[in-house]
Amino acid sequence: MSPKLGETPSQTVGPYYSMRLGGEGQNVIPVPAEGGQRITITGKVFDGDRNHVEDALLEFWQANPGGRYNHPDDTRELDLDPRFSGFARAMSDFKTGTYRLETVKPGRVPDLEGAFQAPHISVVVQARGMLDPVFTRIYFSDEEEANHDDLILRRVPEARRGTLVAELEPGSDPAIYWFDIRFQGEDETVFFDF
Amino acid sequence: MTEPLIRHYGPKAYSDHPPFRYPDYKSTVKRSPTHDLLSIVATLSETTGPGPIWSDISEEDADLTLNAGTGSPAIGERIIVTGHVLDENGNGVPGTILEIWQANACGRYAHWRETAFPAPLDPNFLGVGQCRTNETGEYRFTTIKPGPYPWGNHPNAWRPAHIHFSVLGPALLTRLVTQMYFEGDPLFPLDPIYNSAPEHSRERMVAHYDHDVTEENWALGYRFDIVLRGELSMLEELDES
Repeated sequence: MSPKLGETPSQTVGPYYSMRLGGEGQNVIPVPAEGGQRITITGKVFDGDRNHVEDALLEFWQANPGGRYNHPDDTRELDLDPRFSGFARAMSDFKTGTYRLETVKPGRVPDLEGAFQAPHISVVVQARGMLDPVFTRIYFSDEEEANHDDLILRRVPEARRGTLVAELEPGSDPAIYWFDIRFQGEDETVFFDF
Repeated sequence: MTEPLIRHYGPKAYSDHPPFRYPDYKSTVKRSPTHDLLSIVATLSETTGPGPIWSDISEEDADLTLNAGTGSPAIGERIIVTGHVLDENGNGVPGTILEIWQANACGRYAHWRETAFPAPLDPNFLGVGQCRTNETGEYRFTTIKPGPYPWGNHPNAWRPAHIHFSVLGPALLTRLVTQMYFEGDPLFPLDPIYNSAPEHSRERMVAHYDHDVTEENWALGYRFDIVLRGELSMLEELDES
């Protein structure tokens, strides 16, 4: 076997990223889709001093409402609206550290043991001062049963699971979920290696 | 098909990448996780990603000397930056989305956050571009050589000239954002961001002058290859299991 090439090292995204961040304020990215439950996910990004991170770049990747990814490897015969990319970017607001994602609730996708994962959105977090991206997941507080059976959530120590669950704002319609990201501290967000 | 294709990638080579916390780069101290990352086996959510379906990229997007659309070329040393996106096994990665952003020839970003450095803006230079790798994994940009610029990390701190690269490969787990530097930059020993990468892998971020890329009476050429995580071979998969 020939020797492997070495990976190109990661470097910080820095403060000057600007591409594909949508409209005014750079923190609202509507994702068009047919059908599905429209939802908003919003929250803040915090550093180790509990100051808001004014320049976090968040990337979201999710399945469509039927649980299919818009990707050539997802060859299952499920509905696929090509206009629904499943991808969005948002920047936390410079003054408040708040980000906002408008999307549809994802469906369930297969796990590695023949069952289905709970609905979730993958998140890549980058910022000035982060030399590598970190990866986390957004689950939903109103999916208790699915969350309980989710193989990945089950791997997370119980005391930290809550950091991965977006809280449904009671009575909101369309639904608003709150999801903060904390780089450090007692309730530091769980970040994954895969 | 009733089952999706779940590709098996090798583990991320953390020893090739910077640590999250690198105190010489001050803002890493409060922005780095303190818990170990939680290891999971990649599912379809991680082995898929947005790269392959990304659309609306035109050839004009890859020429930063003209893509401001003003009709006048940007000022500075015109250069060509080209290379391949490869996986660890040496295979070209076709269809990879590359986004680049950079300072202008004077070291000034055309970005609202840049207010401290009194260098001129160039109305004909946005400093952003994008392209997709071809079927062999090759990409090519035409741009202006960026200038070094000061930053606030420590007294008299200057970043070596660099171009930011955002790479959206085939999967979420191949996501990479890096910086491309220029060979021989005297600022290398002084820059904590460059030096945050381990000594053995830093050089992989450095573009080299290539006279075969240089175009007569037009632009100097630089070559810069990017290596992403790759899939395991069948033998390696057996080893893993």
